[in-house]
Amino acid sequence: MVDTAQPFARTEMLPPQAPPLTERGAVKWLRENLFSGWYNTFLTLVGLWVVWSLVSMAAPWLMNGVWNAGSLAECREIVAARAGEGASGACWAMIRDRWHQFMFGFYPRDAYWRPILALVLLFVALAPVLFQQVPRRLLWFTILYPAVAFFLLWGGSAWTPVVAMLGFVVLAAGYRLLSDRLGVPLATGIGVVLMVLWWLFVDAPLATALSSLMPIGLPPVDSDQFGGFLLAFVIGVTAIAFSLPMGILLALGRQSDMVLVKTLSVGFIEFIRGVPLITLLFTASLLLQYFLPPNTNFDLILRVIILVTLFASAYIAEVIRGGLAALPRGQYEAADSLGLDYWQAQRLIIMPQALKISIPGIVSSFIGLFKDTTLVAFVGLLDPLKGITQIVRADIDWKGIYWEPYIFVGAIFFVICFGMSRYSMHLERRLKRDHR
Amino acid sequence: MAYAAAAPREPFRLSMLIYDTRFRSITIQVIVLILFGLFVSWLLNNVVQNLAAKDRTFDYSFLWNRAGYDIAQTLIPYTNDDTHFRAMLVGLLNTLLVAVIGCFLATVLGVFAGVLRLSKNWLVARLMTVYVEIFRNIPVLLWILLVFVVLSETMPEPRAFRVTDEMLAAGEAPRAEAWLGGAVAVTNRGTSIPGPLFDTNLGTVQLGFLPVSLNLLAVLALLAASFLGNRWLLRRARAIQEATGDRPVTWWKSLAIWILPTALLLWALGFHLEYPELRGFNFTGGITVAHAFTALLIALSLYTGAFIAENVRAGILAVPRGQTEAAYALGLRPGRTMQLVILPQAMRVIIPPLISQYLNLTKNTSLAIAVSYLDLRGTLGGITLNQTGRELECMLLMMLIYLTISLIISALMNLYNQSVKLKER
Repeated sequence: MVDTAQPFARTEMLPPQAPPLTERGAVKWLRENLFSGWYNTFLTLVGLWVVWSLVSMAAPWLMNGVWNAGSLAECREIVAARAGEGASGACWAMIRDRWHQFMFGFYPRDAYWRPILALVLLFVALAPVLFQQVPRRLLWFTILYPAVAFFLLWGGSAWTPVVAMLGFVVLAAGYRLLSDRLGVPLATGIGVVLMVLWWLFVDAPLATALSSLMPIGLPPVDSDQFGGFLLAFVIGVTAIAFSLPMGILLALGRQSDMVLVKTLSVGFIEFIRGVPLITLLFTASLLLQYFLPPNTNFDLILRVIILVTLFASAYIAEVIRGGLAALPRGQYEAADSLGLDYWQAQRLIIMPQALKISIPGIVSSFIGLFKDTTLVAFVGLLDPLKGITQIVRADIDWKGIYWEPYIFVGAIFFVICFGMSRYSMHLERRLKRDHR
Repeated sequence: MAYAAAAPREPFRLSMLIYDTRFRSITIQVIVLILFGLFVSWLLNNVVQNLAAKDRTFDYSFLWNRAGYDIAQTLIPYTNDDTHFRAMLVGLLNTLLVAVIGCFLATVLGVFAGVLRLSKNWLVARLMTVYVEIFRNIPVLLWILLVFVVLSETMPEPRAFRVTDEMLAAGEAPRAEAWLGGAVAVTNRGTSIPGPLFDTNLGTVQLGFLPVSLNLLAVLALLAASFLGNRWLLRRARAIQEATGDRPVTWWKSLAIWILPTALLLWALGFHLEYPELRGFNFTGGITVAHAFTALLIALSLYTGAFIAENVRAGILAVPRGQTEAAYALGLRPGRTMQLVILPQAMRVIIPPLISQYLNLTKNTSLAIAVSYLDLRGTLGGITLNQTGRELECMLLMMLIYLTISLIISALMNLYNQSVKLKER
């Protein structure tokens, strides 16, 4: 008889047992992350207390928020009727009533489509710069955008920006015609001279003539009607757009072998970085009248934009200098040994790498610049934070309101600045080329 | 075999100024110099013409005229009969006061938040992230205005602190109470804090234009002596450690050196705190700090603290993990590892951006204009400018002063960088 009794042997693996209750799921997570020791537990309790006190203060106030009211007193009545005497409640009705001032200042109400269209077009113009998937041909629109935006925002004759942009066409044409015969530097120089001559002598008469022949245009809007986030955007976007190239040039100047160029760049950068932005803004409003020829007077917004641009470019120059310094020396030498000239080396080898390294710094400069646009309130412009809020708070209906306007304006700033910093992280990741 | 002959020396041609890289840089510099000279002379010419058109001169003698305005917070004696120059000094000191205290608070806050952001505790790390992101992404002006408005509009009036006999009889509490046992009273007019007073006064000496109390000098001198004594103690301890391997216990000796002599001196001088008291319609006694100052200080510290937290975090993360492991392998305990291995290396990364944050904070004190705190911009660039109408002089002088402060701070940073730079071949 065959002994069928086999010794016990398992043929399949046992399924793994679940870890003990304290070592899995939420309990494990809590033990590891919140209560891993007496010190950690203490921190957690303090943290919970902070969260609780914030929530218990803010929650009723937010829950009792009123969106429909004509004045602060009315708001308080509604809150008292709804939640009992002595309850606190946010009065968002103020924002409902005044949001247009926070957004556009005193821009004519029937022309709101113009800044909105300009904003939409801004994204169209930015798309090819920010995202690679967008067709390259859109870059032409990006180049034209400043003129379009100027026309939309300030209005006036359509011919003014067109004729002004023709100056650049003159530059390009002069360069094309002459560069073969005279070489790049001379052709560029002559082109620039031609462009300046165009702007000085041809521009104004031609624009006047054209607009009297064929008057197309939008009703003009004065600069002092600009305000709120419209103003912050106009100043911020223009200054960002112009400060980057200026910053690159300054950084190159600071790295230059030419003593004079280097000294001037260093002097400019250190001076700008050494004084507060407010003093520069006051320079724009008080001192420029001394430094410009007598009886010249141009728009305050333009003056402020110029000085904010100069201010930002000095900071960006320092950031880019950091990027340039971080590049290995071999990159410069490799470019030289390939026979590239200075600008070719900068454009093809140095800048792509240096800019990539300095992206985080550049973006945080931009964020700082955008936040600093609020300081224009001190030279009498209506920024959203101080200018408009003060007007709202001075109104008899909304006297005594303070949390709501600041929370509203702060939230918008937060979204924009936080968005910019997240985009820069995305860009960093996209451009990362680790040597594996 | 022939050696390559030296390149023939070309005779100098005019076109080489543009096409030869050896000469081109000279050409460019000459052009730049000419353009720059033209630009500067254009500016100067405009200034001269404008000044002439306005029938003005460029001189600073107005600084010695009577200022004629009052300043609420002064660190040196000042009345409105003093000169504009003295008003400017008062403003400068007010700027520096906010800057120094603000830098201190921001550093404490920033180090705290930066370290906690790296904490293993999930909740605390998240809370600190929220703090940093919120403060970094919202303009500092908003924080200044918000703190100022909240302080001056939600705080109780001084009379809310009053306790009358009827209230005592009825057992009612006043509507508002001072904090810390009556030491700090926050009203809608300002914050009253206890002020230091001495029973015996050693007198004052006149240092240039500002009188300095001898009591203060004595305390400072004693503190300096304590510092030297403590240094001697530590040096001796190190020498003993080098010689014998055992480090004598020093902490209580250090503590005694720092505290005992100062405490004795303060006691001998009859040092005591004067608490603020409600008299009539307002608090008197002690020191009353205007909300403008408090708001500026709180907002700037919180805002800059968020940036410093990021620097601290980056600095700690920049020390490779291997350093910690190596220290553990040598048998160092976690506390000593932090103190002897991590921090010295992290400091090298942290300090330069930290100083530039100090620089930013100092420059941001000029936002005092938002709450009418009379700092340098408020006195020299504000009231003095408006009274005398000398925009050019006032603005240039103010920029020069800010520039000097900035350059001094950056010079200190460079010195520090030199001293901690890795010694490489």
